[in-house]
Amino acid sequence: MSTAALYNDQGAAEAAVEAGQETTPTSSSSGAAFGLFSTDFKKNEDLKEMLESNKESLKLEAMKRIVQLISKGKNASELFPAIVKNVASKNIELKKLVYVYLVRYAEEQQDLALLSISTFQRALKDPNQFIRASALRVLSSIRVPIIVPIMMLAIKEAAADLSPYVRKTSAHAIQKLHSLDPDQKEQLIEVIEKLLKDKSTLVAGSVVMAFEEVCPDRIDLIHKNYRKLCNLLVDVEEWGQVVIINMLTRYARTQFLNPNINESLLEEGSGGEKMFYGSDEDEDEDEKEKKAEAAAIAKRKPYVMDPDHRLLLRNTKPLLQSRNAAVVMAVAQLYFHLAPKAEVGVIAKALVRLLRSHSEVQFVVLQNVATMTIKRRGMFEPYLKSFYIRSTDPTQIKVLKLEVLTNLANETNISTILREFQTYIKSMDKDFVAATIQAIGRCATNIGEVRDTCLNGLVQLLSNRDELVVAESVVVIKKLLQMQPEKHSDIIKHMAKLTDNIQVPMARASILWLIGEYCEHVPRIAPDVLRKMAKSFTNEEDIVKLQIINLAAKLYLTNSKQTKLLTQYVLNLAKYDQNYDIRDRARFVRQLIVPTEKSGALSKYAKKLFLALKPAPVLESPFKDRDHFQLGSLSHLLNAKAGGYQELPEWPEAAPDPSVRNVEVFTLLERVTTLTSVPEWTKCSSREKRKEKKVEKPFYSDSEGESGPTESADSESDSASTTDSASASVSEESESGLESESEEESETEEEEEDKKEKKNQKKEPKKPVQESESEQSSEEEDRKPEKRSKKLKSDSESDSVEDEGSESESSPSESEDFESEAVVTKKKKAAESKPPSKSVRKEEKKEKKEMSLLDLDDFEPTPSPQVTPVNTLLSNSLATDLEGLSLSDSILSPATIIPSGALKNYELLHRITGEGLSVEYCFSRQPFSPDANMVAVQLQFTNNSTSDTKNLHMEDVRLQSGMRVKEFPEIELLPAGEMTSAVMGIDFCDSTQAANFQLCSHTKKFFVSIQPPVGELMRPVFLTENEFKKEQGQLMGMNEITEKLTLDVKCRNEHAIVQRVTTAANLSRVPCGSDKECSPPVPPPDYPVHRFAGRTVTSSSLVLVTVATREEGAAQLMVNCEKMVIGTMLVKDILLALTQ
Amino acid sequence: MEQQLDGQKPVQKASPEMIHSLFLINHSGDIFLEKHWKSVISRSVCDYFFEAKEKAEDPENVPPVLQTPHHYLISIYRGKLFFLSVVQTEVPPLFVIEFLHRVADTFQEYFGECSESVIKDNVVIVYELLEEMLDNGFPLATESNVLKEMIRPPTILRSVVNTLTGGSNVGDTLPTGQLSIIPWRRAGVKYTNNEAYFDVIEEIDAIVDKSGTTVFAEIQGVIEACVRLSGMPDLTLSFMNPRLLDDMSFHPCVRFKRWEAERVLSFIPPDGNFRLMSYHVSSQNLVAIPVYVKQNISFLETGSCGRLEITIGPKQTMGKMVEALMATIHMPKSVLSVSLTASQGSYTYDITTKILIWDIGRLNPQKLPNLRGSLSMQTGVPKPEENPSINIDLKIQQLAISGLKVSRLDMYGEKYKPFKGVKYLTKAGKFQVRT
Repeated sequence: MSTAALYNDQGAAEAAVEAGQETTPTSSSSGAAFGLFSTDFKKNEDLKEMLESNKESLKLEAMKRIVQLISKGKNASELFPAIVKNVASKNIELKKLVYVYLVRYAEEQQDLALLSISTFQRALKDPNQFIRASALRVLSSIRVPIIVPIMMLAIKEAAADLSPYVRKTSAHAIQKLHSLDPDQKEQLIEVIEKLLKDKSTLVAGSVVMAFEEVCPDRIDLIHKNYRKLCNLLVDVEEWGQVVIINMLTRYARTQFLNPNINESLLEEGSGGEKMFYGSDEDEDEDEKEKKAEAAAIAKRKPYVMDPDHRLLLRNTKPLLQSRNAAVVMAVAQLYFHLAPKAEVGVIAKALVRLLRSHSEVQFVVLQNVATMTIKRRGMFEPYLKSFYIRSTDPTQIKVLKLEVLTNLANETNISTILREFQTYIKSMDKDFVAATIQAIGRCATNIGEVRDTCLNGLVQLLSNRDELVVAESVVVIKKLLQMQPEKHSDIIKHMAKLTDNIQVPMARASILWLIGEYCEHVPRIAPDVLRKMAKSFTNEEDIVKLQIINLAAKLYLTNSKQTKLLTQYVLNLAKYDQNYDIRDRARFVRQLIVPTEKSGALSKYAKKLFLALKPAPVLESPFKDRDHFQLGSLSHLLNAKAGGYQELPEWPEAAPDPSVRNVEVFTLLERVTTLTSVPEWTKCSSREKRKEKKVEKPFYSDSEGESGPTESADSESDSASTTDSASASVSEESESGLESESEEESETEEEEEDKKEKKNQKKEPKKPVQESESEQSSEEEDRKPEKRSKKLKSDSESDSVEDEGSESESSPSESEDFESEAVVTKKKKAAESKPPSKSVRKEEKKEKKEMSLLDLDDFEPTPSPQVTPVNTLLSNSLATDLEGLSLSDSILSPATIIPSGALKNYELLHRITGEGLSVEYCFSRQPFSPDANMVAVQLQFTNNSTSDTKNLHMEDVRLQSGMRVKEFPEIELLPAGEMTSAVMGIDFCDSTQAANFQLCSHTKKFFVSIQPPVGELMRPVFLTENEFKKEQGQLMGMNEITEKLTLDVKCRNEHAIVQRVTTAANLSRVPCGSDKECSPPVPPPDYPVHRFAGRTVTSSSLVLVTVATREEGAAQLMVNCEKMVIGTMLVKDILLALTQ
Repeated sequence: MEQQLDGQKPVQKASPEMIHSLFLINHSGDIFLEKHWKSVISRSVCDYFFEAKEKAEDPENVPPVLQTPHHYLISIYRGKLFFLSVVQTEVPPLFVIEFLHRVADTFQEYFGECSESVIKDNVVIVYELLEEMLDNGFPLATESNVLKEMIRPPTILRSVVNTLTGGSNVGDTLPTGQLSIIPWRRAGVKYTNNEAYFDVIEEIDAIVDKSGTTVFAEIQGVIEACVRLSGMPDLTLSFMNPRLLDDMSFHPCVRFKRWEAERVLSFIPPDGNFRLMSYHVSSQNLVAIPVYVKQNISFLETGSCGRLEITIGPKQTMGKMVEALMATIHMPKSVLSVSLTASQGSYTYDITTKILIWDIGRLNPQKLPNLRGSLSMQTGVPKPEENPSINIDLKIQQLAISGLKVSRLDMYGEKYKPFKGVKYLTKAGKFQVRT
C-alpha cells in the first residue's frame, strides 16, 4: 500500500508538471505551482472555466487534460457537472472524451449521470451506426441501477439493429447489464437466444461471450446454432473465435461420445507412462481395471462419431493457421480434448510454430506442451529439436523447454538429449543448470538403460567448481541411489568426502541422509562423518542439524559401539538448540533409541522405525495430471481453479439425442418437392424423412450382389486415402455443414449401409448402425441421407478432395456410388471393350447425372427449350440405358437448361494447319463422368484429306500446376472424309489457363491448346429462390460484384436474358417466386429479377448470378462468388452477352 | 458444458469481463498510465507484480501470469515497458497476452515507437485507442485499418496544427459502413501512385556446436507487405515452389480455402503495412548455413586472463554478399575488460552487461574478418566453467535462403495498373554458435 501511495505521489507531481507545460500555449493557467494539493485544486478551477467557455477548442483542451489526469489515476470527479453538459456536443472528439469520462465517473455521480441519459437515448436512434454503437456502449457502461429498464430496452432494440456492429455492441452490453442486475437474466437470455441466431460473423463471438457469462448452463440454446457456429467459425474475428472454440469444446464434451473409447487406452494412457513412472503400478492397476471395463462397454457398443463432432473438428482445423496465438491454442486444446487420438498430431506443428513468438506466448505454449507431452509424447517427438535451448532464452523459458525435453525422452532419443543436456550444464545461468541436473535425474529414473550413465555424469559434476551445481547433483544423486544402493557404495564414499567442501545445506543434508541410510554399506566412513558433523553441529543450518540427529540415531542403532558417545554428544547439543523442532527431535530420538527403564515398548522397534526400507522417490513431472484442467486456460497455467473456470465435463456414457441440432429450414421446399414429384433433390428437414424416401426405392437390392466383390478391393484404399483428405478438405465445404460429409466413401460400405439402412428403417430410425469400421464409415452412415439428397441437388460437392484425387488414382475423390452404379458398371463393361482398369472404374462413376434433365416447366413461366444432351462418349444404347435407369430411380439431375444452339464451337486445329485434319471443340456441358472435377470437352475430328488418319491421340500435355487432363481414347482410324468425335476431360482448377497438348496422328503432331471461357468452368446447380437468397447472403462483401448495364435491345424479354446468360455461362435458372409455386402462376412483376446458380467445377464454389431488370432496358448484374477471379471474369462475360 | 448451479457461484461476484484494467509500467517500476474498463482497481494491485519483478532480476524472467488474492495479473514486456493487465476470472492467458501485444503493435504503428515518452506525449490518443480496442473487457476493434479510420494517427504537422487550433485527432467523418464486410480494410482508399511491395524475409535459426556441426537449423520466413492501392483490390500472389512451405500462418485476409486448394495467396489486402504470412520451411530440406565461425575462447587457470580468437568465413552464401555481419557474445561475469584487435569492423564491450559486440559489416571472402586478443579477468575468482556462446547476425540481400520465389502477383477488381515489387532478404535469426 505504501508503495502505491508513493507512486501516486510521483504521478501527481508528474501530472502537475506536464499539465503545466501543456497548458502554457493555450491558456492562462497559472503554470505548475508546487505542492500537490493546491495544484490539483487550481488546475481543476481553471479546467472548469475552460469547460464552461464557449470555445470548442478550449473545452477540448480541457477534456484532454482531464483524460491525462484520469490516465494518471488522479481523481477528476469534481468536474463531473461541468463535463456532463458537454455530452451533447457536436464535436466528435469532444464527445468521445466526454464518453471516456462518463464511463469512468458515472457510478460515483449517479444523479448527475442521469442528466446525460436522454442524450444517449437520442443517439441510439442516430443514422450512423457508430454513433448508435458508442451511445449504447456508454449507456451500458454507466453502472447506475436506476437505468436498468432503459438499458434493457436499448439492448433489445440494438439486438435487432441492421448494423452488425451495433448488434455486436448489444451483445457486449448484455454482459454489462447482467453484472449490474442479475435479476434481468431471463430477459437477457431471450436477447442472447435471438442474437445466437444472428448470421453475422461480427456478432457471433460477442454473443457467445455473453452466453458464457450469463447462462453457460443453457446448453439448449446452442443446439440449434451449433452447425451454424461451426460453419461461421473461419470467418469470425479472431477474438470471437477463441471464445466460440472454448465454448464448443465444452459443448462437445457433453454431447458427443469419447472418440478414443475404442482405442486400447492401456497402451496410451498408462502404458506410455508406466515405464516412465514405474512406481505408479497400484494406481495403474485401478486405472486398468476401469479402462478394461470401459473397453468392455465399448465393445458392446462400437463407437460411431457423430457427424457434428466431425464437423467441429474439421471446421476448426484451418484455424491452426491463424496468426493469433490464442486462436491456435484454442484449436489445439479442442483437438487435444476432443479429437480421436490419431488426429491430435496435427496440432503439434502449429504449437511449435508459436515458439517463435513473443516470450510470453512461448511461456504459455510451453506450459501446455509440457502437459500434452505427458499424455501424448509421440505427438511432439518429431519436433524434439525445436525445444533445444539457446543461451539467450529467458530462464523461465529454458526451464519449460527442459521440462518438455525430459518428457520427450525415451530409449531411442535419450542419448541425443543427454548430449544436449551436457551443453546446458555449462551454462552461465545457474538456475537453469540446476534444473538441467534435475532433468537428468528424471531421465535416469525413467529410462533404466541410461541410469548408470546419468549417475556417472552426475558424479563427475560433484567435482564442479560451482557449489550450486554440486549441491543440486548431490540431491539428485541421492534420489537415484535410493533405487539401487548396493551397487554404489563407492559413490556414497565419494559423497561422504564432499561434506568437507559443500556448504549448501540441502546438499549437506542429503549426503548425511544417504550415509545414515546406507551406513551398512560404508561402515567405516559413517562414524567418521558423524564425528566431523558433531564438531560443526552448532554452526549448521537447521535441516542439516536434523539430518545429523538422524545419522546419529541410525549409527547408534547399527554400530553403537563406535558411536554411542558421539550420539549422546550430538543429542545433548540438540537439546539446547534454539530451534524447537530440533529440541523435539532430539528428545524423541533419545527416548526411542536409548533404552532406559522408562522407555516404553517402542524402543524395541527403533531399528525398524529408523531403518525401514524406504521406497525410492518418484521423480515426476510437475505437469502430470494437469490435463484435467482445460488446456490453454488460466486455471491450467496456474494449476489451480481460477474464479469463473468452468470444468471440462467428462464424456457422457451415452450420447444425448443428436437430432436436437437439426435445424428446420426448408419445410416450404418439401411442399414444392412433393408437388413436382421430384422427391429428392432438396434438403429435407430431418434425416429420418430422408431415409424413408430413400428406402422406398426398390433399387438397392438389385445391385448388391453383383458389384460387391469388384468394388471391395478398391474401397479399402478409398477409405484409407480419404481419411486424411477429408480433414484437408475442410475449408472447401464450409458453406454448409449439412453438406460437408459427402466424400470419404467406400463403395462396399455404402452398399452394406444401404442394407442396414433398410433394416434400421424397420426397426426404427436412428440407431447407430453396428459396424466395425473406422469412424469415417460410421460417420458417413449418418451423413448419407443428406449426402444423397445433396448429390442430387448438385453433383458438385464432391470434389474437395481434388488434390488427393489427382495424385493417386486409387482414391477417387468422388463417390458417385449410387446403387445405379453397379448396373452402370456392368453395362458399361459390356459397351466398352476395354478391360476394367482402375481408371476405368473411376470413369464409371457418376454417369447418370446428365442423363435426364428435369423439365422445369412447372417452374418456368417461359420454358426454355431443352436440348438432348450431346453425348458422344457413351454409345447411344448405353446412354439410353442409363437414361432409363436413372429415371427409374428418379435420380433427377438438377435443372440444367441448355438453350438450343448454345454450344459454341471453337477451333482447335484448322484444316490448313492440320494438313487436312480439322478439329473443333465445344464444351458439352455434360458432367465428365470419369472425373467430376473435369470439364467435358467434346472434340469433333474431320478428316478432309484424301488419306486415312490413324491413331489419333494426345501427347505431351503441358499444364499449369494443379490442372489435370483425361485424354480422349485413341481414335484408331479416321477414314478420309469422315467425321468422328471424342470427349476429353480437363480439370482447369477453376482457372482460365489454357491446357496445351499435342495432337498426334500416326504421322504428324500438332500443338494445340484449349482455353475455357470462364462460363464453362461451372456447372449448373439447382437452387430455389430461398436457398439462393440464403447463399447470396453468405457471399456478400468482397465476394459480390455488381455492375450496371443497359440491356441490348433484342435482349429485353425474359427468354432472351435467360438464354444469353445460360449461353455465356453454364448455370441453371433459379425459378423465381418459388414461394408461390403452388398457387397458379402469378403475373410476373414489372421488372423481373432473374437468378442463376452454379458451382465451379473444381472447387464447387457457388456462383450466383442475379440480373435485375429496371425500366428502359437498364439492369443490374450481380455476381456472388467466393472466387473473386471467377466472379470478376464472369461479370465481364455476362455483361458482354447481355449488351451485345 | 458444465451444469453450473447458481449456488456454486462465489458470493463475492467477480467481474465477468476478460480484461479489467491495464497499467503501463516503465523499466524502473513507475506506473505512468492506467486505464480501467470498468470500476477502478487500485494501483496497489501492482505491488504483487513489483515483488515478482524484484525476484526475477531480469525483466524477461517476470512470470507473465501472476496470481494475487483477488486478481490475476497478466503482463507482457515490450520496448522496456510492462503492459500489465488485471483480470478477475478465468480467461485464456494467451488471449490477453496476444491482445496486449496487439495494443503495443498499435502504439508502434501510430507513434512510430512504443516508449514511455511517446505514450505520455500522446496520452489522449492512447486513451481513445484503448477505448476503441476493448469494450467491456472484450476486444472490439483491433485492426489498425479500422482504428485509423476512427482515430487519426498523429503526424508532426497535424500535432502542430492541432496545438494551434485545438483541432482534433478524431476523424471528421465517422466511418459509414464496410466494417462488417472487410474488417481489416478501410473504405475509400485512394492513391495517386498505386503500388504493392512484398518483402520475403527469411531468418535462419540455428544452433552450431563447438566443432562446427549444425545441431539444429530451420528457416522461418515472413512476407511483409506494403500495399497502397486504391479501392478494393483483390490480389493473388503465387509462388514458383509453394511446396517448400511446410507450416504457415496467415493474416486473416488470406483466403485459406484457396490456399489449400491451389497454393496461391488470394486476399483483399489491408491498407498499408501488414504481415501477409509467416512460414516455416520444412526441415527436411537441408538448411544452408551462410557462414562458419572458427573460434577459440579460453580462460587460463592462472593469471586471471583469457584469450579470444574468432574468425568468420563464408560457407553457403549462394554467391551473394553477406552484409551487416555482427557477432554478439555474452561474457561470463568475471570478465572485467577485453583488449582485442579486429581485422575488420569495430567492437564494443559493455562492462555492466558483459556483452561483447563485434560489428563486422560486409564479409570479404578474400580477407576473412578476425578478432583476437586477451580478456582480463577478475582476480581471485576461479576460472569460469562455461564458455560463452556467440550469436551471429547477418543479412543477405536479394536472396531467400530457402529458394522460395514469388512467381506472380495479379490484381483483380480494380482497373488501374499497380506498380508491383518483391524483395528478398535473408537474415540470421536465432543463430547461435556454441563454444
